[in-house]
Amino acid sequence: MNVYAREPFDTETELSTQAPWRGFLPGTWTREVDVRSFIIANVTPYEGDARFLAGITPRTADLWERLKGHLKAERDKGGVLDVDVSTPSSITSHKAGYIAEDLEQIVGLQTDAPLKRAIMPFGGYRMVKNGLEAYGFKADTSLDKVFPKLRKTHNDAVFDVYTPEMLACRKSGVITGLPDAYGRGRIIGDYRRVALYGVNRLIEDKQTQLKSFELATIDEEVLRAREETAEQIKALKELVKLGEIYGFDLTRPAVNGREAVQWTYLAYLAAVKEANGAAMSLGRVSSFLDIYIQRDIAEGELNEAEAQELFDHFVMKLRIIRFLRTPEYDQLFSGDPTWVTESIGGMAIDGRPLVTKSSFRMLNTLNTLGPAPEPNLTVLWSEQLPKGFRDFCAETSIKTSSIQYENDDLMRPYWGDDYGIACCVSAMRIGKQMQFFGARANLAKTLLYAINGGRDEKSGAQVGPALAPVVGDYLDYEDVKAKLLPMMEWLARVYVNALNSIHYMHDKYMYERIEMALHDRDILRTMACGIAGLSVAADSLSAIKHAKVKIVRDERGLATDFEIEGDYPAFGNNDDRVDDIAVWLTETFMGCIRKHKTYRNAMPTQSILTITSNVVYGKKTGNTPDGRKAGVPFAPGANPMHGRDKNGAVASMASVAKLPYAHAQDGISYTFSIVPSALGSTDEDRVNNLDSLLSGYFLQGGHHINVNVFDRETLVDAMEHPELYPQLTIRVSGYAVNFIKLTREQQLDVISRTFHGASN
Amino acid sequence: MAHQTNLLDVRDAHGGAPGVHAHGGHAARRPVAHGFVHSKEAGGAVDGPGIRYVLFVSGCPLRCLYCHNPDTWHMRKGKETSVSEIVAEMASYSNFLKRAKGGITITGGEPLTQVEFTAEIFHAAKKMGLHTALDTSGFLGKRVTDEMLEDIDLVLLDIKAFTEETYFEVTGAQLQPTLDFARRLSALGKKIWLRYVLVPGLTDKLDEIEALAAFAADLGVVERVDVLPFHKLGEFKWKECGREYKLADTEPPSRELVEQVRSIFRSHGLKAA
Repeated sequence: MNVYAREPFDTETELSTQAPWRGFLPGTWTREVDVRSFIIANVTPYEGDARFLAGITPRTADLWERLKGHLKAERDKGGVLDVDVSTPSSITSHKAGYIAEDLEQIVGLQTDAPLKRAIMPFGGYRMVKNGLEAYGFKADTSLDKVFPKLRKTHNDAVFDVYTPEMLACRKSGVITGLPDAYGRGRIIGDYRRVALYGVNRLIEDKQTQLKSFELATIDEEVLRAREETAEQIKALKELVKLGEIYGFDLTRPAVNGREAVQWTYLAYLAAVKEANGAAMSLGRVSSFLDIYIQRDIAEGELNEAEAQELFDHFVMKLRIIRFLRTPEYDQLFSGDPTWVTESIGGMAIDGRPLVTKSSFRMLNTLNTLGPAPEPNLTVLWSEQLPKGFRDFCAETSIKTSSIQYENDDLMRPYWGDDYGIACCVSAMRIGKQMQFFGARANLAKTLLYAINGGRDEKSGAQVGPALAPVVGDYLDYEDVKAKLLPMMEWLARVYVNALNSIHYMHDKYMYERIEMALHDRDILRTMACGIAGLSVAADSLSAIKHAKVKIVRDERGLATDFEIEGDYPAFGNNDDRVDDIAVWLTETFMGCIRKHKTYRNAMPTQSILTITSNVVYGKKTGNTPDGRKAGVPFAPGANPMHGRDKNGAVASMASVAKLPYAHAQDGISYTFSIVPSALGSTDEDRVNNLDSLLSGYFLQGGHHINVNVFDRETLVDAMEHPELYPQLTIRVSGYAVNFIKLTREQQLDVISRTFHGASN
Repeated sequence: MAHQTNLLDVRDAHGGAPGVHAHGGHAARRPVAHGFVHSKEAGGAVDGPGIRYVLFVSGCPLRCLYCHNPDTWHMRKGKETSVSEIVAEMASYSNFLKRAKGGITITGGEPLTQVEFTAEIFHAAKKMGLHTALDTSGFLGKRVTDEMLEDIDLVLLDIKAFTEETYFEVTGAQLQPTLDFARRLSALGKKIWLRYVLVPGLTDKLDEIEALAAFAADLGVVERVDVLPFHKLGEFKWKECGREYKLADTEPPSRELVEQVRSIFRSHGLKAA
C-alpha cells in the first residue's frame, strides 16, 4: 500500500527457483502492497476459446455428490441443517471442519462441519435468538448474561440513537432493509494479498501505518484510525492461527497455485467467520490466481484437470457459505443469499483483456458442478473482450442462467481496472474502497406521501412532514411534481441521517477487522443509498401527465385509489415521454441525497436495485396512480413493470439504458428473461444473438443485466415439483437464487414477469 | 370453408393490388404517408441475422392452415401508422441494431400487401445503413420493383409447399408466383433464407421436400434453410377470430422427422437449421 515500501527488490533471493515469487516479473508490487501492479506485470491474457477446458474429475464428482447430500438434508430440514448455538463466531472460534478430508483439495469451513451455521451476536443478539427459534433451535441461555448487558450490540446502539422520525419511516416501509440488525456487508477485503505477500508482510505494513498515526494532535479521528489499525493487526494474527488450524503457514506467501487458492480462500473464510454482512463478496480473484496456475503448468506441476479441480473445490466452499438469518430477513432477500460475488474478465487500462484461462475455469464450474446461485459470477463486459470468451459466457448463460453482466467500458473510467462488484452492482476498487450499504428508499410510496400530505396511505399516520395534500378530484402533473420535490428532500434527509447513525454504530460495535486489514490505510468510502419502485413512480407520473387520473378517497380523506382515464406511455417502451420522467426522478433524488453531510465524509451514491425486496416493497405500498394495485410487487431494480414493456427486448433495454450511471454510481440493475426459442433457432444462433444483445445494450450505456434463458413452463413445473429442480437457478435483480428456495409469492412474481419472445 | 371467401381477396391481390395505398402500376414510387401495422418488436432474434427491429404489417392474401398469426390477415385490422413514426423509431434503435449485427425485418401478414409502405421503410432503413430483410411468401413477388429490391439485403422466403396441390391445400393459393419470385431473386443475386414449415400429414411428403431442396440449391443464392416445426401456439388466436382451426388434432413433428427433413436440404449442399 501507500505507506510501507521495502528496500529495493532483491532479485537473488526473491526470484530464486524455490521462492514464492520465482519467475514473476517485478514491479511496484515487489516494494509495496499492490496486487494490481502484480497482475498487470504478470497476467497472461487468453484470447482463445473454451476447448482447452477439462471436465469434472472423479475426485470432484465424489466430493460434490457428498456435498449434494448435505445440501438436500439442509433443504429437507426447512433451510437450516445445524447451528452451533453456544460459540459466537470469530476467526478462530472453531476447530477444523471438512466435507471429506481425503478428497478436498481446498479446505476450510465456517464451523467444524459443513452447513453448520455459527451465531454472530455482535450485530444484534435478538436477531440471533429469533433466527434460532424460527428454525427450531434453542438459544444458549448463558449468552443472555452477555448480550447486551456486558456487550452492547450494533442493533442496540442504533436504536439508542434513532430519532422518532427515522423509526416512523422504518415502520411504514418508506425506508426498508436498513442494516441496523445485521451486518452491512458490501466490503471486499483484498484476499489476494494474503496469497501474494503472506500475512507477516501485511502485518509489517499495518504496523508502519500505525506509526504514521503518531501525530502531534491525537484527536478523535486519529484515535479511531489508531484503534482500527490495531484491531486489523490483531485480526491478521488470528488469520495466521486459522491457517494453523488447517495446517498451513499463512505467514509466508503462497508458493504454488494450490496454495494461492487456499491462502485466498482462508483469508475470505476469516471474513465470513467474523462478519455476517448482507453481501460478502469475493472480489476479482480468477485472473490473479491464474498467474500461479499458469506457472505451475509451465513447471509441469499441474495439468488442466487438476487446475479445474482447484476451482471446483474452491467454488464448492463458496457455495456453502451460510449465515443464520431470521425468516423476515430471508423474506426480504429470499433464498439464503450471501452474494459471494466474483468479478471475471474486464479490460486492463493498457488495452489488454484481463481474461485468462482461469476466467474460463471459474465459469466452467457451472458446467462441472451445475448451476448455482453462489458464487455470484459476474462478467465485466467489454466490447473488446475476446470473442472466444464472449461466446463461452453466452453459451454458459443460455445453459445455466447463472451469470450476470456489468459494463466494464462504462465503469473502467470511474474505477480503473482492478475493481470488483460487491453484492450485485456496486463497483469498488479492491482494497482501496468500501461502501456504507444503505438499502433503499421507496419512491412510489414517497409519491403517495406527496399526494396525501405526508400521511401514510395504509396506516393513516403522519409519517412525512404535514405539507399540503392534493385537493380536487384529479391529479395535476405540475401540482404533484411540486409536492413531490419537498417530500423527496425530506426523505433524503431522514434517510442519510439514518444511514449515518447505522454506520457510526457499525464501525463502533461491529467493525470488520479482517476485511479492513486487507485494505489500504486511506480508502474511498461511499454512502450507498438506493431507490425502489422507480418504474412505478415514473409510470404514475406519466399517467398523471398523459392520461387523466381521478382520485378515490377513503373515509379518512386519504387518496387510496386511482381511476385512470385513457392510456399513458409506460417505462420500458423506449418512449421519452416517460423515460425522461424516470431519468428526472433518478437525478433529482440523487441531488437531494448529495445535499446532506455523510458519516466519515463518504461520497454519496445511489443504486437502482431491489434484489427480491421488490415483493416486500410492493406489499407495503398502497394503490398507485399507474394502476398498480395495493400489495402488488414492484418491478425489480430498474425494470419496467411486468407486462408494460410491450415493444420488445431492445425497447425495454433502451429505456433502462437511459438511466444515468453518473447519478446512480452504486449501480442500475436490470433483469432480462427470454425463452430459448426467441433467442434463435440453433445453438450457434442463440450464442451469437445473446452476444449481440449484450453488445447493443452496453453500447447504449446499460450498466448491468441479469440474463435468464428458459421457458415459463419450466418455472411452473419447478413450483409444482421442486424436488426435480434442486439446482434450478434464476437471476433476479443483481444476483442469482435457487428458484425452489423462493417463497411461493416470490415464485409467482418471477413467473409473472415479462419473458421476451413468449407467446402471450 | 373459411378460406374460400378469401380467395377473392387473393385474386384481387394478385391482379390489382388492393388497399388504400395501391395506385395501379409499380413503376413510379409515390410517397405514402401511412400503412397498417399489426405490431412491432424491437429485439427479434429469429427473423434474420442478429438482433432486429421487426415490423409486422397487417394484411395477407394467403390463408395458411397453420398460420399462427391469423389476427394479421386483414389489413384494416392493423393500426394505421405513419412512415415517419416507424422511421423515427428505427433511428432510435439504429446504433443498437448495428452493434448487435442485426437490422430491420418487415414481416406480417404479408408485407407485399402494402408494398409501397414496405418499400419506403426499407429505403429509409438503407439510408441509415441498416441491414434489411423482407419476410414474404413470395406470392405477391411481382409487386416488388427492381428499385425496391436494391433496398433489400435479404429475403426470408417462405415456400409453404412444392406442388400446386399441396400449396393450394395449405394456403388456398397458387405456388407459381412464389417460384417466379425466387427465380428472379436468384437472377439478381439476392440472398435468400428459405423457410419451410413442417406439418405432419400436410407438408411432410419427402419427395416433395426433395424437389424443393433441389430447386433451392439450384437457385444458388440460398444461404440457409430454416425448417420450422409446426406448433400450435397460435391456436387460441383462431378461436378469438371465430375461425375453425383445422389442425387442432395435428401434433408437432417428431425431432427425428425434423432432422430428416433438414438432412434432405443438407444433402443438396444447403445449410439447414
